[in-house]
Amino acid sequence: MKIHEYQAKGILKRYGVTVPRGEMAQSREEAEAAAKSLFGAGAPGVVVKAQIHAGGRGKGGGVKIAKSMEEAGEIAGKMLGMKLVTQQTGPEGRVVRRLLIEETLPIEKELYLGILVDRAEAKPVFMASAAGGMDIEQVAEQRPEAILKQYIDPGMGLEPFQARKIAFQLGLKPQQTTTAVQFLSGLYRAFLDTDSSLLEINPFISCTDGRLFALDAKINFDDNALFRHSDLRELRDITEEDPLEVEASKYSLNYIKLDGSVGCMVNGAGLAMATMDIIKHAGGMPANFLDVGGGANADQVTHAFEILLSDKNVKAVLINIFGGILRVDTLATGVVEAARKTHIQLPIVLRLEGTNVEQGREILRQSGLNFIVAETMKDAAEKVVAATGAA
Amino acid sequence: MSILVDRSTRVVVQGLTGREGTFHAKACADYGTQIVGGVTPGKGGTTHEGWPIFNSVREAVDKTGADTSLIFVPPPYAGDAVMEAADAELELIVCITEGIPTLDMVRAWEFLQNRRSRLIGPNCPGIISPGHCKIGIMPARIHKEGAIGIVSRSGTLTYEAVYQLTTRGIGQSTAIGIGGDPIIGTNFVDALELFNRDPHTEAVVMIGEIGGNAEEIAADYVKMHMRKPVIGFIAGQTAPPGRRMGHAGAIISGGKGTAAEKISAMEAAGIRVAKSPAVIGETVQAALGVKV
Repeated sequence: MKIHEYQAKGILKRYGVTVPRGEMAQSREEAEAAAKSLFGAGAPGVVVKAQIHAGGRGKGGGVKIAKSMEEAGEIAGKMLGMKLVTQQTGPEGRVVRRLLIEETLPIEKELYLGILVDRAEAKPVFMASAAGGMDIEQVAEQRPEAILKQYIDPGMGLEPFQARKIAFQLGLKPQQTTTAVQFLSGLYRAFLDTDSSLLEINPFISCTDGRLFALDAKINFDDNALFRHSDLRELRDITEEDPLEVEASKYSLNYIKLDGSVGCMVNGAGLAMATMDIIKHAGGMPANFLDVGGGANADQVTHAFEILLSDKNVKAVLINIFGGILRVDTLATGVVEAARKTHIQLPIVLRLEGTNVEQGREILRQSGLNFIVAETMKDAAEKVVAATGAA
Repeated sequence: MSILVDRSTRVVVQGLTGREGTFHAKACADYGTQIVGGVTPGKGGTTHEGWPIFNSVREAVDKTGADTSLIFVPPPYAGDAVMEAADAELELIVCITEGIPTLDMVRAWEFLQNRRSRLIGPNCPGIISPGHCKIGIMPARIHKEGAIGIVSRSGTLTYEAVYQLTTRGIGQSTAIGIGGDPIIGTNFVDALELFNRDPHTEAVVMIGEIGGNAEEIAADYVKMHMRKPVIGFIAGQTAPPGRRMGHAGAIISGGKGTAAEKISAMEAAGIRVAKSPAVIGETVQAALGVKV
């Protein structure tokens, strides 16, 4: 799950990580009030930052500096409701609904900090680089030696000597070390406590007066751990998500909307991806990724079907099920129910194999509905692409 | 014949009394696997479907002589279940559970270091040696005893590959699903090593997917050490970047972990990569044909 910058900074603040003073604003008036209080507290300027779940906001015009309260209000007025297009949003962009109004700071150096779990080492890893403010993936690609990786022993946590090593690597001054150790330890505790999958401070800034700040903050949570974080679940902003994906998540379905015309329903992520691949091989394009999961019940299958069909680009549906944990008869019951309920007119190609497949096929036969049955994946892909009229 | 499991393997099921645990324990027993009991804390001393239930894995091991655990425990408790099984010094732990928090697995993985247990999974279908032993949730009837080893990050895609082999009359020595999570016990290289040593395995099918670099590391191993033909497939050639494709580990991030990168690393290591999931069986057949 992704959250906004202002929410991430709110969390970090609780862990003693220094963030610029600022407030979230949802209207021009709120933005002006926030700017007024920052100027009143001695801020030399304020920065108006669009809050969307995508990076590259600066280049897209979503980060602007104001020298007065009036200017801040004016910028906020223009920014709210605008469609912000960045490298990460795709050409359709995102509507800006919230802003973060923050004090400007005397930046001396822009650095990079990130924490994630390294898959191969099965440990959290701190990544630090003096090349902050830039696209860190580019740095990783072009100058991998510019990124320090500090693995953390999960049983021990971040030790002070490790934090100092990072601080010195970043070129911080000796008198900044104590603050830096506190800052880094706070970040690591926040990462652990919130079950983050990624925590990124880019840039992490050192000011001309020696102070350290998280100028930007990005936190993604591990979806699998959200069951134990009711407070974090409330930070979800569904206006940032695709409505169909939001609907799917209500029923614990893994659905990702794509651009093609072949709707797919598959069990298992690997087979679902492979099904998308083979549709493309057959000359079609998948309309979605949909994994109904291992333990799906008839009700979930029905909902999956409805979600699939509410995508108006879908011209035909391919159901590819290889039942292991998910039994084929369960799936068939759900498909028949859903087909009746939704009065589906589109062609449906079914390819079923696995646990209780005979019972499943029998349920389909007795339903009296007109399904196209396929024997193999290739057969299924060709039949469904032909049914869309694309082949 | 098989790696890791055989007819003498004695399995205790953690989470046997749950719906999935019961269904699949029965299916494993029907296949001939020795399921010797279950563990459900608080239900010790009772029986379930004729199997004795114990409060702890240690107790189950003491009373039944189990050497392997099969885990169906729900995600919030599954990391702990893995550690409990390792603490009871089981040889093999097969964790089916999907959706375990990553940091729980970080802890469990750490706990497994310097202990004797091998973990398969989590978020996997388990392991089967056709004709001998099934410890997992895969549909048994699609398998056929034979000489092809299979190792895969994906459950249902493994079934697809097995099915394509069996319908061509090609049997399998052992099929291992290593799981779709970022942190897993047995990885591609571990499985490839086991198959490399197994005199009854003639060739190996390796099924990967987008995300991480496990396939690239495996390709290095194949290039340096593998004495048997390896056939590969990578799922997610059409997956968009930055999106988690169902499996927690299946995500292209920062332009890394793409199918194209993995396929080229595998081909450079001499692995025959099936371009479409429909031709995995054909590709194996062709590889075996060349060998003969």
